[in-house]
Amino acid sequence: MSSKVTAQQAVSRQYEKENRALAVWKRLRTNPGAVIGLIILIIMVLLMIYSFLFISYEEIYTIDSKNRFSPPSSEHIFGTDEMGRDLAKRIIYGSRYSLAVAFGAVAIGVIIGTFLGSIAGYFGGWVDNLIMRISDIMSSIPGILLGMVIVTILGPNLLNLLIAVGVTNIAGFIRMARASVLTTKSNEYVESARAIGMSEFRIIFTQVLPNSLSPLIVTATARMATSILAAAGLSFLGFGIAAPKPEWGALISGSRNFINYAPHLCTYPGLFIMLMAFACALLGDGLRDALDPKLKK
Amino acid sequence: MSIKTVDTAGKEQAVVSNDDVVLEVEDLVVHYVLKKSVVEAVNGVSFKLKKRRAIGLVGETGAGKTTTALAIMNLVPDPPGVIKNGKITVCGKDMLSMKPHQLEKIRGKDISMIFQDPMTSLNPVMTVGEQIAESVRLHEHVGKHEAMKRAVEMLELVGIPGERAGDYPHQFSGGMKQRVVIAVALACNPSVLIADEPTTALDVTIQAQVLSMMNDLKEKCDTALVMITHDLGVVAKMCDEVAVLYAGRIVEYGTLEDVFNRTMHPYTEGLFNSLPKINNRHAPLKPIPGLMPDPTRLPPGCAFADRCRYATDACRANIPELRRVSDTHSVACSRYEEPGFSIEGWRHG
Repeated sequence: MSSKVTAQQAVSRQYEKENRALAVWKRLRTNPGAVIGLIILIIMVLLMIYSFLFISYEEIYTIDSKNRFSPPSSEHIFGTDEMGRDLAKRIIYGSRYSLAVAFGAVAIGVIIGTFLGSIAGYFGGWVDNLIMRISDIMSSIPGILLGMVIVTILGPNLLNLLIAVGVTNIAGFIRMARASVLTTKSNEYVESARAIGMSEFRIIFTQVLPNSLSPLIVTATARMATSILAAAGLSFLGFGIAAPKPEWGALISGSRNFINYAPHLCTYPGLFIMLMAFACALLGDGLRDALDPKLKK
Repeated sequence: MSIKTVDTAGKEQAVVSNDDVVLEVEDLVVHYVLKKSVVEAVNGVSFKLKKRRAIGLVGETGAGKTTTALAIMNLVPDPPGVIKNGKITVCGKDMLSMKPHQLEKIRGKDISMIFQDPMTSLNPVMTVGEQIAESVRLHEHVGKHEAMKRAVEMLELVGIPGERAGDYPHQFSGGMKQRVVIAVALACNPSVLIADEPTTALDVTIQAQVLSMMNDLKEKCDTALVMITHDLGVVAKMCDEVAVLYAGRIVEYGTLEDVFNRTMHPYTEGLFNSLPKINNRHAPLKPIPGLMPDPTRLPPGCAFADRCRYATDACRANIPELRRVSDTHSVACSRYEEPGFSIEGWRHG
């Protein structure tokens, strides 16, 4: 047993870092709700991949006037819309918008919010005051209104919808990250890191943030649900993705005039929105339990 | 032992010894400025530490030991902490006038610190190897693998098998965590190591292990040690010099021999009296009556006067200066102005 061999082993063991993730996954697996949520999300992602591979643009937009408003049948499982287009395909095609919003808008919120929030929490003083007052102003404007303003200024398309919903998420993440960092930064290992000469920003990103992540992950998943709803709401109001594109909110909005005549046109997109939001919420709940260190033992 | 010679010899010695001084604290004053009051935590502490020597800062809770240590690292939390006065020199560099990025280069490299509680001084989401390697990489331009190798060597130096470098702190026991903390602090071979009650959170058997290991490492790494503790046994084992702190001032300062065997200050005497005596286990303990004065309202005179059985009215009027009684021994007690005054001594009990 030369020390060189042990050194080599130790270096290789350094890369066995998935321990923690694995432990979280093991706990998550025992929560039926979280598993259901995860399965629904995975199915949605698979559907999206399917739509990229097998559903062409023409199929979605080609008008078939013979088949208008046909109810669900074996040929069109969700029926057809007012222009004779297959609703099932349109919904599946539209999953990309909802998923993009779910992940994109939350990513914008998480990245900007966490960055600002951790700086506010870590440094305190006037930096904290400035960032928190900006966040107060942002959260004092109703989310849907703020989103409408942003889309009106930037113009309605997917990217701008993402930005609009993302910006409404920022304030929440600033608060979350700040609160989390405030509790983490008083730990002695932060002081120790300073004592070995680590710079403040390095301390934030290697010592404080990794230990503040759990509540942020949970909030992020929960926010995915509300972001999907917000995006659908904006699209419904005409501020999101423009009508011919089959965003789920836009689908409901486009068919609301026919709700008495062809109720399936509103029902199925609505069900999908609900299912997606429900899945995210379930997963978020499960993650909170799995990440809570107090429940570890 | 021929220190008491003529001036020239003394001067020469001073010149030689000054080269060896790795840490010098001069008249340090640290206050915590709160909204309604000012906590006078440290009020004029001075001491010197030579290479390879160990000094013990002794005193009860709130005496200003930890604040002194943090001030040496220039890590006093600001706000509310304010270093009002003083000069701190670490390896010839003035810690208090440095910019943050210069300080970052000195911390960990020239001077390092071990904190009290090993349970919380390690980052729970990083492996211990990574944490030691981090310390190496902050100060030396080495690659990831090289740093990791050094980390493994450091672990083995503190008596932990190298293959455990990939483990997380929660997989270690308290004593082992403290060893890891020591490894992190010593990774870059600092000239000065501050240990803030490094064994308080450990049980007695582990304390002895960790202390003797620190003693060995001090020799191996040529490190000078500032040992902060309230445990006189730890001081006796580890230190060459002792500074007894009370209410932010040094009340007695000298070599281990001076302070332990030629105790002069009533407070030091009280500290020894409140220890159980190994020869007479039935003797009741004699604690020092009363509590340390409120650091926001320190008395105008000697801070210890109210608890001191030798105190006179003169003691309550003026703050006693730290006066030299021999070349190595100083004491801050006004009663010694009276010829023939001596304390009762604590070894009679």
